[in-house]
Amino acid sequence: MTTQASTTAYPSGAGGGEPLLSVRDLTVTFGRGGRAFTAVDHVSFDVQPGQTVGLVGESGCGKSVTSLAIMQLLPSRGNTVSGTVSFAGEDLLSLSDAQMRDRRGRDLAMIFQDPLSSLNPVVPLGTQVAEVLQRHKGMKNAPAQKRAAELLDKVGIPDPTRRLKEYPHQLSGGMRQRALIAMALACEPRLLIADEPTTALDVTIQAQILALLKELVQDSGTALIMITHDLGVVAGLCDEVNVLYGGRIVERAGRHDLFARPRHPYTGGLLASIPRLTEERGRRLTPVPGSVADNIPWDHGCAFAPRCASEIGVCRERTPELVPDRPELGADRLLRCHNPLESNPLDDAPTTEESGA
Amino acid sequence: MTNPGPAPDLTPGVPTPSTTGATTDPTPDARRHGALGALADRKKKRIDALAEAGTISSEEGVSLWQSAWRRLRRDPVFLIGAVIVLLFVLVAILAPWLAPHDPRARDLIGQVTPATPIPEPQPGYPLGGDNAGRDMLSRLIVGSRQTLIVGVLATLGGLAGGLVLGTLAGGISGWVDTIVMRIVDVMLSIPSLLMAFSIAALFARPSQWTVILAIAIIQIPIFARLLRGSMMAQRHSDHVLAARALGVRRPAIVFRHMLPNSLGPVIVQGTLVLAVSIIDAAALSFLGLGNPDDSIPEWGQMLGKAQTFFNTYPHIAVYPALCIIVVALGFTLMGESLREALDPKSRR
Ligand SMILES: Nc1ncnc2c1ncn2[C@@H]1O[C@H](COP(=O)(O)OP(=O)(O)OP(=O)(O)O)[C@@H](O)[C@H]1O
Ligand SMILES: [Mg+2]
Repeated sequence: MTTQASTTAYPSGAGGGEPLLSVRDLTVTFGRGGRAFTAVDHVSFDVQPGQTVGLVGESGCGKSVTSLAIMQLLPSRGNTVSGTVSFAGEDLLSLSDAQMRDRRGRDLAMIFQDPLSSLNPVVPLGTQVAEVLQRHKGMKNAPAQKRAAELLDKVGIPDPTRRLKEYPHQLSGGMRQRALIAMALACEPRLLIADEPTTALDVTIQAQILALLKELVQDSGTALIMITHDLGVVAGLCDEVNVLYGGRIVERAGRHDLFARPRHPYTGGLLASIPRLTEERGRRLTPVPGSVADNIPWDHGCAFAPRCASEIGVCRERTPELVPDRPELGADRLLRCHNPLESNPLDDAPTTEESGA
Repeated sequence: MTNPGPAPDLTPGVPTPSTTGATTDPTPDARRHGALGALADRKKKRIDALAEAGTISSEEGVSLWQSAWRRLRRDPVFLIGAVIVLLFVLVAILAPWLAPHDPRARDLIGQVTPATPIPEPQPGYPLGGDNAGRDMLSRLIVGSRQTLIVGVLATLGGLAGGLVLGTLAGGISGWVDTIVMRIVDVMLSIPSLLMAFSIAALFARPSQWTVILAIAIIQIPIFARLLRGSMMAQRHSDHVLAARALGVRRPAIVFRHMLPNSLGPVIVQGTLVLAVSIIDAAALSFLGLGNPDDSIPEWGQMLGKAQTFFNTYPHIAVYPALCIIVVALGFTLMGESLREALDPKSRR
């Protein structure tokens, strides 16, 4: 294995203050020995209080595994997790099961991709929302139900008192995700991890849910880790973006900097695949060619090389390190590339401003 | 506005690890134990398949039962089974009023002679009498009660035991799981009727209760393995992960999030077990391991007593045997079609 640019190379976040969550060299390996597979490889990033950080990358790049590792929700056997995850000064990885259980739902919460299967099908909605309040706030059932109705109301579920008695299958997909958001935010956690919260929903509902998340997170000052494979989602939501490829961070930048000047060819490809309102009709979206199956191992070069348009000889010989990028392109940018993009691939670049803050 | 457009080469995937379920590979065992092992192997496979079926389907929640019901309503096999079961239950409940005579009264004792030990059918006694001069029809009708009581109680007993063991194994896992499942597998590898005989024979005074106990015990491992299998699958389900992500405590996870969602297959198995219990109870009584007091009629016991006269009067064996077969068939038809209706593979 290559030696990584470790903790020292990582610049402290833009906010300057003490980060709420600080992930350092997080590594998750499934299996052992010859068949070991490193799904997350020395991932480091910070989340400031109230900040929204995006984790972006295509399917299988390790986004969910990263978030499950932070939450300590990976299966108890069959994987090894190393590195540190410090949350408000505590290393979560060294907490006991019981201590971690107390923090989940109260200090950090998570919402998942599929809102239907994330709800218990045989328990009424009210009981499920109240359960969190009873667990972490020691509320009795009656006041917890009342509070649950308020929470459902807050996430925009009409007629919440009646909904409390309904079962998940009686709700629409968007409403289920709203209910899950209500549950996750019930105890006002300081960090929310949203793992592709809109992927299973149709497009109009997606926009509503994202708007809701943005509003709630801003109102309550909750920090948010937004996991997505869609840079369009990032554009409207995230302050800072980490682009993952093959389990490693390949680029990190502030949102505006990233959209104005993508540096990693993979980021460039992702950006080019966002459909935009301003572009002329009929222009084909340009997805990143190839698939994850083409990856080469990081040990022998850049995993993205086989799919990369700007590949040069060194890409298959030497593993690129994650190093600070040119400061004139934005503060605290990190990049892992031998031959970065020198200009925005979208020459007609009206980018973030219209999808703005 | 944000524009969550389509991401052409990115397919959303669920990262849940493959549900390992209850597939402890039984093949080496099977090879070692030969025929017995193969039997246990087949039993286990059936149980595990059912456990899986219930799990996949529970994702759709209550609507699953609704869709199953919609299919069942039009399924003739289910309807035949349901009618038989309904009639049987009604007869058992209303037996004292339906029976034309007191099943204990020796009305026809005058006709019982060493030459003709069994009274012929006659007006008022359409099926004739038995060797004690009691009305055959009344005894069959009232006998349904014993069958129902034994079948239901034995099934409930097995269910209760299986729930406890299955919840321990599937809910706690680790070494508790290992120990419980070893015991269960050993029990499953013994032919169940043989085990029921052995248990019933342990008691000095056989009675209805020893029959119930023996049959309940042999059903425990089936329910336990089934429940454990579907709980294991639930453990890896999204909603359990979501509940864990909210910090829900272990007991609540097990009892509120895993157990209720695991019960579907257990309910289906319950109907099938009722049929088996009824046949096994009859078998035990037939062999004299049941209630020795024949003033309380019981089909298996009637069948046993009929052996002596079988050559000359086969009908007194045929009637109770038919009752047993039809009722067991009713429960089996119902259970099998229920199982099929809930099985996502047959639904497509
Ligand atoms: N329990 C597990 N055992 C073995 N490998 C796993 C396990 N969970 C995930 N993986 C592997 O880890 C890699 C990263 O998976 P992960 O679920 O994090 O991807 P993702 O980025 O969330 O993708 P998606 O967009 O599809 O959700 C995948 O290659 C996957 O096969
Ligand atoms: Mg994922």
